[in-house]
Formats: sequence, structure tokens, C-alpha cells
Amino acid sequence: MKLRHKDILGMKELSPEEIHLILDTADSFSEVSTRDIKKVPTLRGKTVINLFYEASTRTRTSFEIAAKRLSADAVNISTSTSSVVKGETLIDTAKTLEAMNPDIVIIRHSASGAPHLIARLVRHSVINGGDGFHEHPTQSLLDMLTIRRKKGTLKGLNVAIIGDIAHSRVAHSNIYGLTKMGCRVTVCGPAPMIPRDIEKLGVAVSSDMEEAVRNRDIVMMLRIQFERHQASFPSIREYAKFYCLNRERLEMAKPDALVMHPGPINRGTEIAPDIADGVQSVILEQVTNGIAVRMALLYLLSGGSS
Amino acid sequence: MKKIVMNVEEIERSLTRIAYEILEKNRGAESLILIGIRTGGVFLASRLRDRISAIEKREIPFGILDVTFYRDDVATLHKKPKPGRTDIPFSIDQKKVVLVDDVLFTGRTIRAAMDALIDFGRPKMIQLAVLVDRGHRELPICPDYVGLNLPSSLWEKVNVHLSEHIGKDEVVIEEEG
Repeated sequence: MKLRHKDILGMKELSPEEIHLILDTADSFSEVSTRDIKKVPTLRGKTVINLFYEASTRTRTSFEIAAKRLSADAVNISTSTSSVVKGETLIDTAKTLEAMNPDIVIIRHSASGAPHLIARLVRHSVINGGDGFHEHPTQSLLDMLTIRRKKGTLKGLNVAIIGDIAHSRVAHSNIYGLTKMGCRVTVCGPAPMIPRDIEKLGVAVSSDMEEAVRNRDIVMMLRIQFERHQASFPSIREYAKFYCLNRERLEMAKPDALVMHPGPINRGTEIAPDIADGVQSVILEQVTNGIAVRMALLYLLSGGSS
Repeated sequence: MKKIVMNVEEIERSLTRIAYEILEKNRGAESLILIGIRTGGVFLASRLRDRISAIEKREIPFGILDVTFYRDDVATLHKKPKPGRTDIPFSIDQKKVVLVDDVLFTGRTIRAAMDALIDFGRPKMIQLAVLVDRGHRELPICPDYVGLNLPSSLWEKVNVHLSEHIGKDEVVIEEEG
């Protein structure tokens, strides 16, 4: 079994079998990060480029560490110090990098579809590191790995995704991915943050947080994407009053429910500090699992002759 | 064409002999560790561990090694082999490590396994136990303990079936095609 495409662009394009393959492979790679010598020679001589047009700490660092633990050479390009500031277009930058013969390029861009555009134009593999409001497939895969390791399976779980659904690529990728893997997904947030017709993707919608959380196995909180709101945000205090995950609201969920958040978290806005640090929180395990998932993707995509 | 070259009893007797040979060569089980190479080697290592533990009346540490990350062909393969989980939950520093595998062939798996072990620490020595040595080495590797020396042709397949994995215990030689 191998992946059908040379690129990982979104959860929409992945089949359940491919998702299982990625998660199983990631499970095996997670052991490497627990060793004293956290490095294996698997991708020696491969080149991985991180091309990030948007701010990132965890995703970029996670990809860099994943590449290095596989012995690949990792190069980071942050656009503020690159030719982008000299007016080079995205396509010209991508073609220039292609001429240096990388094996895999990870692209994060504020424009939805940017990695897809580049993937069609270059020979090497492209991984979407987050594009606009669209998709963030590696975050969704690491969320699934975290859930699977804690719950044993994804099938039949009840998941609530709460917050700024409209502007969240994490929410979109998880809606595609989790519904494909047999989860029942409910999205919840204030009306302007819920995209119209989102039900067509197979999710339930609620504007009442207590209803959305009740009897759920997984409560996934999202950050408000302030940088993507055109008008100024009405009131953080009002948002927190209705949509902050606090002790009282979490008690409506199943007693063994997991609390997740893709980070960075805004304490007191979408999640209360005692819940973020509480026993049900797996937020830091998500970060750890992110390295294993990205190692698995680099491994599965790192070509070779047929 | 399928020919059985070892049956249940022969496999059992070989493992018992190898268990005693390991203890004889190492003068007991002091600082001994058994590590099985996925997949076939794991079941054999576990059976050897049971025998040695019973003879010596003490528990022998036992680990599982997957060599996929260390294979010399993994970067060039288009269809990637699915890696299994390595589980060596103890230090191998200054230990006598016996690597266990089912079939010794080109020696490339053992080369990968030794490189992997060195990343886990500095063993005092590494020894190699295999149930079947079918020849055709491509690297200078020689086993310390062998169940059966089986001269084979390159186009034949030697398969070790174990009850933990598939059906019953037997070693079979099959012609390809």
C-alpha cells in the first residue's frame, strides 16, 4: 500500500485507507523521538524545504525536527528575509526552489489553494502546511493520531469542534478527515463564525455550546483568527462568556472526554487556564504526535524509483 | 512445489539446542539480552527467552527491533515498506546482545540491525542466532548459532511459518512462480 498522490494537499483528497497507512506509520515513528539518540538514517541525502509565507512556530519547527530526525537536510525559508520582499511571485519562488532539486517542499500561505497551484507546476512533492481558510492536513492527522492513541479507534466517536469554524483551516481539515473515519462531528460557534451550508459536509451545527459539548468524546477548541477578521472583533469578553471551555461546560461532556486545541491557545478566551492544563487536556501530546505524523509523511512521500 | 525442511519437533529441538549453546558460549545468562528482529525473529527470540529463563531460573530482558528505518534500499524504494514499532525498553550498554532472526540470507537485514543497535547504546558484544542459514551472503556476516544450514538456490524461497503468526510451525522451501 502506498499513497496515491505525490502531494499531501488536504484531508479531502485522502482515502480512509491512506489515512490508516499514515497513522500506522506515524505510530512506528513515534518511538524514535523517545530514544537518547533521536535520529535514524532513513532519509539520508533527501532535501526538505520549509517555505512559510505566514507566521508559524509549531508547524515549521515540527517539520524541521521531523526531517532532521530522519537524517534529511532541512532548509527554512521565512519570507520576510527572502526574495519575496523584492517582489518575486509565488510561482517564481517555487520554480527557483525546484531548480535546486529538493525532494519535498512544505508550503504555508495565506491564500487558499496556493500549495495546490505549486504542486501542479513542480516535480517534487508538496505538503500543505496550511493554506488560508482552506486546509491544514498535517494538523488534522496529528489530531487523529492523538485521538486514536487515547481512544483506540476513531470510529463512532462524538466530536465537538467549537469556535471560529469559518476562518479555521484546522476545522475544515478535521471535518473532512474525522467524518471520513466514522466520527460524528458537531460544529459550534457564534453565527458569523459558522459558514453557511456547512451541514453539507456531513456535520451537525449548534450555536449553544452546552448542547454541542453534551456527551461528547472529544471537545476540540479553536482560536479566534483575529488576523483573518476584516472588521474589528466585537467583544472578546462576550465571546468568552458564551464559548469559553470552562469546568462547568466540560462537565457536560463524557467524563473521559479529551480536550484538544491546535494552538496557539488564548487562555481565558476560548479555553479556561485550568482546563488547558487539566487532566483531560491532550494539547501537548498533540504537539508530540505532530512530529511522528510529519516523519511518516516525509517517509511515505520521499520518492525513489518505481 | 513446496518441501518441508523442518517440522514442529525439529524446530523445537533446534531452539532448545541454541538456548544451551547461548548459555555455554556466554558462560551463563549474566548481562544477556535477546532482541528479535521483526517479524519472524520476535517469536523465535521470545521462545528462546522462555527456554533460557527456565534453565537459568531468572528473567532475561527481551526486546523487539524493526530495521525498516535502517534498510539500505529504503530511500530508493518507491513503495515504502510499512515500518513496525521498535521496543527496547532497557539500556543495552555493556550488555551481551543476541540478535535473533528466522532466515539469514544476504546479511543486509543484520547489517541494518547492528547499525540500529549501535544507535541505542554500546553493547559489550553482539551475537547472531538464526533458525535457518540459506547462504548467498552479500556482506561479511557470520551467525554464532544456527538451527539448520540449508544450501538453497537463489530462485527458491525459504519461509519460516510459526504458530504465533501463521498456522503451524514449519520451515518450507518453495520454488518461485
